[in-house]
Amino acid sequence: MTGVEFVPLSLPPLLIGAFAALACAIPGNFLLLRRQALIGDAISHVVLPGIVMGFLLTGVVSTWPMMLGAAAAAIVAVVLIETIRRLGRIEPGAAMGVVFTTLFAAGVLLLEQSDTSSVHLDVEHALYGNLESLIWLDATGWKSLLDVEALAALPPELFRMVAVFVAIALLTGLFWRPLTIATFDEGFARTLGLPVTALSLGLVIAAAIAAVAAFDAVGSIIVIAMFICPPAAARLMTNRLGHQLGWSAAFAVLSAVLGYVLAGYGPLWLGFENAVSAAGMIATVSGVILVLAAMFGPCRHRVGAAQAD
Amino acid sequence: MLALGYNAALVATGAGLLGVAAGVTGSFLFLRKRALVSDAMSHATLPGLALAFMVMTVLGGDGRALPGLLAGSALSAWLGVLTVSWLSRRTRLGEDAAIGAVLSVFFGLGIVGLTVIQSLNTGRQAGLETFLLGSTAGMLFSDALTIALGGALTLALAWLLRRPMLMVAFDPDYATATGRDVARIDLAMLALALAVTVVGLKIVGLILIVALLIIPPVAARFWSDRADRVVLLSGIIGGGAGVTGALLSGMAPDLPTGPIIVLIAFGLFAVGFFFSPGRGVLAAVLRHRRFQRRVHMRQGLLAIAQGQPVYERLTLRLLRRAGLIRADAVATDAGRAVAAKALLDEHRWQILRADPRFETAAALYDGLRPLDTVLTPDQLTEIDRNLRPEAAT
Repeated sequence: MTGVEFVPLSLPPLLIGAFAALACAIPGNFLLLRRQALIGDAISHVVLPGIVMGFLLTGVVSTWPMMLGAAAAAIVAVVLIETIRRLGRIEPGAAMGVVFTTLFAAGVLLLEQSDTSSVHLDVEHALYGNLESLIWLDATGWKSLLDVEALAALPPELFRMVAVFVAIALLTGLFWRPLTIATFDEGFARTLGLPVTALSLGLVIAAAIAAVAAFDAVGSIIVIAMFICPPAAARLMTNRLGHQLGWSAAFAVLSAVLGYVLAGYGPLWLGFENAVSAAGMIATVSGVILVLAAMFGPCRHRVGAAQAD
Repeated sequence: MLALGYNAALVATGAGLLGVAAGVTGSFLFLRKRALVSDAMSHATLPGLALAFMVMTVLGGDGRALPGLLAGSALSAWLGVLTVSWLSRRTRLGEDAAIGAVLSVFFGLGIVGLTVIQSLNTGRQAGLETFLLGSTAGMLFSDALTIALGGALTLALAWLLRRPMLMVAFDPDYATATGRDVARIDLAMLALALAVTVVGLKIVGLILIVALLIIPPVAARFWSDRADRVVLLSGIIGGGAGVTGALLSGMAPDLPTGPIIVLIAFGLFAVGFFFSPGRGVLAAVLRHRRFQRRVHMRQGLLAIAQGQPVYERLTLRLLRRAGLIRADAVATDAGRAVAAKALLDEHRWQILRADPRFETAAALYDGLRPLDTVLTPDQLTEIDRNLRPEAAT
């Protein structure tokens, strides 16, 4: 594999996948510890009606209206879940199930009813994304990385994903102490006077932004996988939150890179002609990592639980 | 129904039976607070579907044969369920994390499988994508029959197992203490949900089938506090949504069946959410308003009896409407009488609450309840003996 082939065709998707995985895995750690892991699942389902509404309102397939629509839909979904949970006195899991399936169904129906046949907008695309198509045509080899003109032609998804990742990493660093305290002991955080409700809402919004940005580039299946699998595997490796974050970042990048390579080159090595879905493969690799962590991770057992072995 | 033709009627029957089975099965899961396990299960069907297609094609048969596909999907969904319970029992991860992990990983694996099929199957579309969102277009008679039979069978099994499942859903500890195998009953519950999921794949699709297992029980829960009625009602709601959705999409062929059924179920949920007499939002608002009025009325009357002026608008309006004060906020004769009675009641309560003999009655004090609805006339006389003369007048 030479730079001439690798840089334009494989480097951008690899980087986008890795940054998308990182941006989702960081908030995923906190969601996991707060037992809100499925929020990521709910958000990535409601993204579909959001982008369809964004498209219907503006009539063009461009990124910003759709991202705004998706973010709005994510917030609407979170508010609806809370409303149904509190006013209807329904347990959170079921409230979530009601909201995201309904919104997803509405999204599918809107999509089928509206005239979207002329544009590239369909359910499959929303689910698996299209990581493989994010190529960098202006690159001619490794030296293009120093060429400003060629760099400007990088897929815009890469810049967005990097920006979202940096923003989320900065926010996490900035709110590290309050977020940690509120995650582990909400009552204590409240007595310290920390804005617990605002922190929790902020976390969900940050997760929604990560999900929407990543969804645009890589499809919702990776988003769900990256919200849950790397943090869950990291949780089985360590008892310290800082280390857990590090492990989850490493697992996220590993899944993205390994998944992309296996999807792109694995079938060729086995003698097949066509590559398989990179999004699906990345999710699969993250699952394999989780299973390995669940079997051999040093902190896999519940504290005080009976151990069979 | 018959005007729509034989095929539409068949699909509607299948969807109805499926809806009833899903509503009934889902309500056990909902009462057990494990509704979202079915989400992991339904997404976990995809790799099995893809694998079954490949195996059947390699063996030289028709890869799209429904029974084979359903068997494959059932197998991988069961593997998904076992993985969820393995992860949540053997590691420190919560069930929600296990659900999310299984859901995304199995679905990702399934997508890999679909792309493999695409590259193997040059020229001919496998059509497995229709299982994502469901489709009734081009459904064969045998397919509809499979679905209807599967739905009916699941329903019968759920009926047989209803008692142990309810007991486990409500009180697993009690069920264990009475010698029932909770783990096995839980698995049976999941197996029924799995049957619904697999049977519903063709009509509703694997992303939305979970809605049929969750929304009808939640909607039914608004209308009753009795488990057997919730189960029954949930079956009716699910069946109704299934039949109506299938008929609607039969009349307008571009409407996909699954989303329509889900949206109708959600409509029924919304009706209960707003209008149910016990747990509905409207009823709660009305209850709150009524309570608010009682508090205002009582406070207004106490103020009148003690000769204090009333300024609060709502209180004034309520008193005026009841004819207890005049337009200039001066109490009428009737108003003074009612107010004196309210004050007397308050004094009696104070005595009662100071007296340890009336401890249980004192717990009922909420500042609103008239004491003569709590005590017998004899007890009231006893209390009155302690009233000071200035209060008794």
